[in-house]
This record gives sequence, structure tokens and C-alpha cells, in this order.
Amino acid sequence: MSSEQDQLKETNTEERFAFKKDESAAVRSDKGLTEEVVRLISEDKDEPDWMLDRRLRALEHWQNMPMPTDWPGQPDLTELDVEEIVPYIRPDVDKREGADSWDDLPEDIQDTFEKLGIPEAERKALSGVGAQYESEVVYQNMQEQWEEKGVVFCNMDEAVQEHEDLVKEYFMTSCVPPSDNKFAALHGAVWSGGSFVYIPEDVTVEMPVQAYFRMNSEGMGQFEHTLIIAEPGSEVHYIEGCSAPKYGSHNLHSGGVEVFVKEDAHVQYSTVQNWSKNTFNLNTKRAIVEKGGRMEWVSGSMGSKATMLYPCTILKGRGASANNITIAFAGEGQNIDTGAKVYHNAPHTKSTIESKSISKDGGRTNYRGLVHISEGAEHSSTAVECDALMFDNESTSDTMPYMEIDESKVDVAHEATVGKIGDEDVFYLQSRGLDDDDAKQMIVSGFIEPITEELPIEYAVELNRLIELEMEGSLG
Amino acid sequence: MATLELKNLHAEVVEADEKILNGVDLEVNSGEIHALMGPNGSGKSTTAKVVAGHPAYEVTEGEIVLTLDDDEFDEEIPEDKRSWDLLDLEPNERAALGVFLGFQYPAEIEGVTMVNFLRQALNAKLDEREELFEDEDEEEAEADEEEDAGYDTSPMEGPADEGEVGVAEFQQILSEKMEQLDMDEKFAQRYLNAGFSGGEKKQNEVLQAAILEPSIAVLDEIDSGLDIDRLQDVSNGINALRDEQGTGILQITHYQRILDYVEPDHVHVMLDGEIAMSGGAELAEKLEDKGYDWVRDEVYEAA
Repeated sequence: MSSEQDQLKETNTEERFAFKKDESAAVRSDKGLTEEVVRLISEDKDEPDWMLDRRLRALEHWQNMPMPTDWPGQPDLTELDVEEIVPYIRPDVDKREGADSWDDLPEDIQDTFEKLGIPEAERKALSGVGAQYESEVVYQNMQEQWEEKGVVFCNMDEAVQEHEDLVKEYFMTSCVPPSDNKFAALHGAVWSGGSFVYIPEDVTVEMPVQAYFRMNSEGMGQFEHTLIIAEPGSEVHYIEGCSAPKYGSHNLHSGGVEVFVKEDAHVQYSTVQNWSKNTFNLNTKRAIVEKGGRMEWVSGSMGSKATMLYPCTILKGRGASANNITIAFAGEGQNIDTGAKVYHNAPHTKSTIESKSISKDGGRTNYRGLVHISEGAEHSSTAVECDALMFDNESTSDTMPYMEIDESKVDVAHEATVGKIGDEDVFYLQSRGLDDDDAKQMIVSGFIEPITEELPIEYAVELNRLIELEMEGSLG
Repeated sequence: MATLELKNLHAEVVEADEKILNGVDLEVNSGEIHALMGPNGSGKSTTAKVVAGHPAYEVTEGEIVLTLDDDEFDEEIPEDKRSWDLLDLEPNERAALGVFLGFQYPAEIEGVTMVNFLRQALNAKLDEREELFEDEDEEEAEADEEEDAGYDTSPMEGPADEGEVGVAEFQQILSEKMEQLDMDEKFAQRYLNAGFSGGEKKQNEVLQAAILEPSIAVLDEIDSGLDIDRLQDVSNGINALRDEQGTGILQITHYQRILDYVEPDHVHVMLDGEIAMSGGAELAEKLEDKGYDWVRDEVYEAA
């Protein structure tokens, strides 16, 4: 694995010096995040002044906030060289116009697509090579279907231009302000791409809205922003599938997701993500749920060197509810720190958190959760369940469930199990004819079944396959 | 016809360095029912696990030989592939050659439905068997081909590969077998043994044997924890294995009770990791009356 990573690092260096001079020179002249860089991005996207102002304010927060370093059991971020972040943005933008050859992709990524059994045309789309056309087609179909009902589904950059009022009102204002944390601030300064979803009052979008091709097609996966607004009584299932590994050149992914669930609306946000093994995956995802609304987070986090991700739900209105299902897989040299946060700020609110993690070959998974029940949020209930499955004695798993309960008339449950893949279980399956690998694979796919049953079949299959590949160690 | 022979089998627990089997000799032919009886700790369960290849035990001496007739699996088996030393094989390879272990305490696997599990097990077994019977040269060619073909279909994939039992076909097989065993159809969609009662688990072991059609089935205390109705169901299932599929049964039990329903051709008494005495069905009745001590007395006297 290490040799492959070395190879990737080399690729990075080469790519960094290979882009067009007129675009890269300005960026490369500045190390780290500077005002010039932020202005350049904004100008490049032809953004209105207010957006530039927001970016600049976010930049200020970034500069004034310390790196998180002292959380108990926190993934080590010292290898994350912030000074190198900005130069990594530009090659992506460049790739949109530049790379058009399948052979240009890092070998391990090509290999993954082979093993996933994805047809070449689709692979090209997934890898971001020549996907622009494909993605346009996807968008067109979406739009034709729901346009009449007033549903909007488009690229976030596009939304800034075409749905300016909505974006101005909701973008990183009340849900995820840049002041929230160091990486939300970073995201606010340099965000690029992502999805904008707007569902008008009482409209139900029956089929899942999928941002699958597009995420990679524009090569902007690193700082994408997703903004979902579900008006009262509406319903939508949004799926972000970047199950394809990213380019080796990405060292930092810092996405932002904001979801507004209005009265009696229902939003499900599902994602299956698989990052290359040298990626720091540091995201902020949050939903605000009004009276009677329901938010569901379903996420599978694969790959990355370190992941810190805790989808957060603020249950603001009476009777609002949130369900969280997360799964994490950590192999050699990986530290996946995930969980969920829920704030119960109104009476009769409900939440469930179900977290599953698998660790192997010295990998490390943490469950980090926070459930806060405010005073006055009476008759609220929460149930947290986290299960960890370990392959061997070298792997570790920690559970850090924080509960802050300021109201007495509530129902709180927490349950955690940690287990090693049992020799007896494996032997039982072997005695029925499955070989050692298939037996383990079967135990793991059973373990993650609560997640896969929530996903559309093609994502579920893909998640299973990805885990299978991880277990074989062939994603290196 | 298949024959399973345990020859002077010695085994110990790998981690504890503790000897459990001290020279077991036993021969089971397909179509026969053998009862293996004996007090707790005499090595009955260990014998079963060692036959199936449990990694916790190390065989220090002796052999386990499986001999197959040329048409045991309704196909011509090459002459040089009819005799196997099971100690050279992985547990799944032993299963592929027709050895089945019914567990006293079957594992519970959450999230894996019975129907998916059994279909995958059946296909894996057929696959493995094909590989074991292949010539070395063919094997290599096959390996190359497999590599080229890329990734296997996942258990969640619908359509079966060539030579595999497909979903619809398997449903049919499963329904029939479950009906024979008087099991509720709902079992097919339940997770493997998860939340099953003791009786349901035992019934499930017999169901699996019925589906996987072993040549030799070793059933480890399949009668423990069963009420009388369930005992009859399970016994009917075992008799059907023998009568319909010609399976040879090694029935490990403490009690005479199940032998009223599953009549043994041979009864063996195990003491201190050895077969101390063998006889016909009447031996079991004698044990029921007189316990195991007289066997010990008789054996030591003879010695």
C-alpha cells in the first residue's frame, strides 16, 4: 500500500506543476489560504458581491480559529498540511477542461472500477473523465420530470446565479455558519460545486434525487456544498453517491451539507462515500427540523486516512424527529471518527442513532455522539445504539457517547456492543461450504444490513462490494 | 456410497495443550445410523468438531479418511479423487465432499436471511466440489479464466452464474424441504438462527442437512433441549436424510430418548477419548438402564 501512496504523492506533485500557467500561477504564488485566493475563486465563478463577502468573512473565521487537536481519541491531523490546501483546488478546476483519458487515472482507481464491474462508459462518468455531457443529461431528465411542480435540483454554483434569493437566505446563515468550526470556516471560504435542492410546499418527490455522476464530473468534490430546502409538507430522498474513489491528488475533503426541514416535511439524505486512502475527510452536515418534520441521515463512510463526520440535527419544533444510521470501515492506517449529534430543543421530539463500525488490520473506528435535551423538551426520547465489529486484535474501536440531559421527563437509552468476528461464527459458515473469506464477508454484510436496507438496491450492492474489496485489501 | 473412517485419532486443544481424543476408531457408511454415546467430557463433541475441521483442535496422530464411490454425487469421480484425508482439507472443502456437522449450539448470524445463506452455501459447495475434482492442469486454466472474468457476483445480486442454483429455483427447493420438516415458510426470511428457540435451531440444522445433501452427517446432540413434538419432527427429518438421500448419520447423544425415533444400526460408547464399547441398538437400552459405569468396569476388567 505504501508504495502506491508514494506513487500517488508523486502524481500530485507532477499534476501540480502541470496545469496551465495563467490559472495556476496566481494560486501557487500564495501558500495557504489568502484573500487573493478566495477572491480568485469567487471571480472565476462570477459570483455576486454578497457571496464574496461571505467567503471573506468565513476566511477570517478560519484564520482566527485553532485546529481541533485535543478531543479525546481524535484522529491525528498533524499530517494535514493546510498550506497545501489551495493549490489542490486548482487542478480540479483544470481537470474539468483538461483530462480526457481513462489512462490518466491513477491505477488503483482504474482497478477499483474494474473490480466493481462498472462498465467503461459509466466509469468515465464516475471518474469525472468526460462526464460533463453525461451529467447534463442527468440534470435535464430530472428537471423535465419535476419542473412543473416547482422542484429545483441543480449545481450549487448555478443556484447562486439562478436562485439567488433562496441561496442568499439559506446559505451558511442559520444552519451551518462559518463560525461553527474550523473546517466549516474553511468550507465557507473556498466551497465549490455541490447540489441545490428545493422542494415546494406539499410536493412529494417519489423517486430519490440522486447526485451521483455530477459530483465527480466537475471534479469539484473537495469542497462541495449541498443545500436542501424542503418546504412544509414536502418530501424528498436525496442521495449523494460518490462511491467512486477520488483522485489521489485530493488531500482534503471538507464538504458542507445544510438541510432545512420545514413543518411536517420529510427529508432523507443518504450517502455512500469512498475516499482514497490519503484523504482527510472533514465535513459539517446539519439539519434544522421544524414542527412535525422528520430528518433521516443514512451514511456509509469508506476510505480516507482520517474522517471526522457527525451529521447533526436540530429538532426545533414540537414533535420533530431524527433518525441516524451510519457505518464506518477502517483498515490499516485509517482512523474513522463518526457519529451523530442531535439537539432536542422542543417537546415531544424523538431521535434514534444507530452506528455500525468495522475495523481491520489495525484500523481504528470511533463512535462520537452528542445528544442534548434542553430544559423544556419534555416527553422527548432518544435511543443510541452503536455496534463495533473487529477483525483482529490490532484493530481498535472506541465509543464516546455524550449525553447532556437538562430535562427530567424524557426517555434516554444507550446501548453499545463491541465484538470481534467470532471464530465460532466463521467456522459454522465454513462447515456449510463457504470459504474463510466468504464467511467473513457474509458476517460483515449481515452486520451492515440495517444500512443497506435503507438504500436503493444499486447503492446497497455497491456498498457491499466496496466493503468486500476493502476486506480483500485490494483497494490498497 | 461413502465411508468415513476415523483411524486411531488423537487430538488436543490447540491453546490449552490438553489431550481430548486418545485413539478413536470409527467407521460410518452412508445409509447407516450410528449412535455415539458417553458421559460429559468423554470427547463426543470434540470428535464431531475434529471431523469438520474446527481450528481449535489439533490432530496429533491418526487419520480421517473419506472414501467416495465413483457416482456419489451423480457424476463420475476420477479414480484418484475418490479417497481423501480430511486432515489435509479446509472445513469448507470437507463440506464440499459431503461431510456435514449439525451443531449443538449453532451460531446466530444477524442480517443474513436463511434463504440467502442457504443458497450461497449450496452454490459455494457445488463450486468447491467441482474444483476439488478437477485435474491440476484444468485448475490452472480455470484460475486464469476466473481472474479474467473479474469480480464474482455478490450475494445481493439476483441472477445466478452458469451452473449455480438461481433464486427462483432455490426458493422451490427450500419450500419443499421446509414443508417436509413442518417448518413455517416465514423461516426463509428470518436471519440465520437469530432469535430462534432451541428447538427451532435444531430443526434448522436438519433443514440445512436436507438442503446440502451430505454423504455423512455428524449430528452433535441434536436432541438436547427439544420437547417431545419437536423431537419427533427432528427425528423424522433425520430418518428422511437416511431414507431419501442415503446419508450416513453419526448421532451424538446422551440419551436413549431420540433413539426411540431414530433407530441406530450401531451404538458406540465413548469413554476418556476412546470408543470403549460398540454394539447394536440393544446396547443403548442397556446404557439407559445401567448408566456408563458398568462399561468402564467391564473395559478396565478386560484390560
